[in-house]
Amino acid sequence: MRFNRFKYQLKEGIMNIFNHGFMSLASILITVACLILMGSAILIAVNVNNIIDTLENENEIVAYVNENYSTQEAQALEPELTRLKNVSGVTFVSREQAFEDFKGQYSNSTLLNDLDSSILRDRYVIYLDDLSLMEDTLQDVLDVQGIVKASGHLEIAEGFVTLRNVVGAVSIILVAVLLVISLFIMSNTVKLTTFERREEIAIMKMVGATNSYIEWPFVVEGMLLGLVGSLTAYIAQWGVYMLVGEQIVENAGLSFLSLISFSDLAVPLLILFVVMGLGVGVIGSLMAIKKFLKV
Amino acid sequence: MVQLTDVFKAYENGSKAIRGISLTIQDGEFVFLVGPSGSGKSTIVKLITGEIAPTDGTVLVNGFNLTTMKFSKMPYMRRTLGVIFQDFRLIENKSVYENVAFAMRVIGASNKEIKHRVPYVLSLVGLEGKEQRHPQELSGGEQQRVAVARALVNDPQMIIADEPTGNLDPTRSLEMMTLLNKINELGTTVLVVTHEKDLVNQFSKRVIAIDAGRVISDGMDGYVQI
Repeated sequence: MRFNRFKYQLKEGIMNIFNHGFMSLASILITVACLILMGSAILIAVNVNNIIDTLENENEIVAYVNENYSTQEAQALEPELTRLKNVSGVTFVSREQAFEDFKGQYSNSTLLNDLDSSILRDRYVIYLDDLSLMEDTLQDVLDVQGIVKASGHLEIAEGFVTLRNVVGAVSIILVAVLLVISLFIMSNTVKLTTFERREEIAIMKMVGATNSYIEWPFVVEGMLLGLVGSLTAYIAQWGVYMLVGEQIVENAGLSFLSLISFSDLAVPLLILFVVMGLGVGVIGSLMAIKKFLKV
Repeated sequence: MVQLTDVFKAYENGSKAIRGISLTIQDGEFVFLVGPSGSGKSTIVKLITGEIAPTDGTVLVNGFNLTTMKFSKMPYMRRTLGVIFQDFRLIENKSVYENVAFAMRVIGASNKEIKHRVPYVLSLVGLEGKEQRHPQELSGGEQQRVAVARALVNDPQMIIADEPTGNLDPTRSLEMMTLLNKINELGTTVLVVTHEKDLVNQFSKRVIAIDAGRVISDGMDGYVQI
C-alpha cells in the first residue's frame, strides 16, 4: 500500500513539472542563478578567510625582555608566555640573533659597525590564535614579569578583522537575500500547479485525504526542481571557480592570492548546494500549498 | 449519526447564518433539508463536513465531536461521509473509472481493492460500460451518477447531497432521487439538501425545513411552504 502511494505521489510530482514546463524551467534557472551567486559569495568569503588566516600567522607581537636579564633568565620566560590566552606559539630571539638580523636589513649602512649586540634586548616573537584579541594579549604579555615592552601592529590586525567581518556580513546578507528570492520563485512555480489543481485538492480533502498525502506530490515537484537546479549550479560553479583560478595564475598582479583548491571544497560545496536546493524546493512547495490545506 | 446542539454560526462579515439549531439524524435515515436560498442549508452542510466551525454549540458526526477534536482527525471523519455537489466536481482529465478510483486511492486503498470495488459501484449507479469515458463525454445525469459513485465508493456511513438535482432536468432529477433512495435502502444514511418542493413531495421522507438560520419544521409532512 505504501509503495503504491509513493509511486502515485512520485508520478504526480513528475507530471506537475512537465505540465508547467516553462515555469519549471524558469524556476530551475532562477535556482541555478541564485545558487551560483550564493556559492560565489561563500567561496569568496572562504578564500578571504584563508588569506587572512595566512596573513594573521605573519602578524605577531614582539615582546622585549628586561636588558638586565641574562640570556638564561630571558629564556626561562618562555613557558609563562606560552601559557597565555590566545598565544599559539612563541619563538625566542636572542639579542645577538636580533642584532645579526638588524645588520642584515641595513647591510649597506656603516652606522652599525661600531656597535655590538648589547644595545638590543632579548626578545620573543609571539604568534596569536585570534587577531581580534591582540590588544588584550599585548596587555597580558606586558604583565609578565621580565617583559618591559611589547609591540604589535594593532591597526593591521584591526584591518584584517574588519575585512573578515565585512566579507562575512556581505556574504550572509547576499545568501539570505538570494535564498528569499529562490524561495519566492519556487513557491510561485508550485503555486501555479496547486492553483490549477485546486478543485482536485478540494475533492481530495472532501473524501478524507490527509494533508501529508495531498502535500507530497507538490513537495516532490519542488524537491526535483531544487535538486536539478542545485546540481546544475554546482557544475557551473565548478567551472567558474576553475576559470577564476586560471586567471589568477596567469595574472602577475594577482599572484599574491592563492585560491583554495576546488577539490578541497568540492564535497562540502556539493552538500551545501544540494541541501539548499532541496530546502528551497521543499519549503517553497509547502508555502505554496499551505493555503489550500486549511479547509 | 449527526447531532447539532444549539449551533450558531456567524461569518466574519457579521452575517448570522445559523441561529441556534438543534437537530439529530439517526443512522439509516433519509432526510431532506429544505429552505429558500440564504436560509442556511449550505452552512449546515459545511458544518457537518467540517469545512467551517460553529461559532457556538456542538456538532457530532458519526462519533466525531467536530467542536473539540484535533484538526488532524478531520480526514478520518470525512471518510465516514460521501458528498455530492450540484456542480458534480469531477476531474475533467480523468476517466469515469479514474474519478471514482481516485477517491479510494487518496485514502490509501490498494490496487486490488480498487479493481474490485470501482466496477461494482459503477454498476450500482448504472454506469457499466462507460468506465473509460471522460466527464465531458457524459450527460448531466450521468456526470451526477459518477459523483454518486465517487461518494459511495469508500462505503461511507452517510451520503450528503447538496442540491444534487440543481443541474438536472425533472426526469433525471427523479432518477437521481430514486438512486439515492436505493442507496438508503442498502443501509446508508442520506441527507439531501434541496429547494425543489415537487421532488421532495414525491417521497414520503423526513423533511427538515429551515429559514433565516432556524428550524421551522421537522417531520414527515412533506415540504412546508414558507
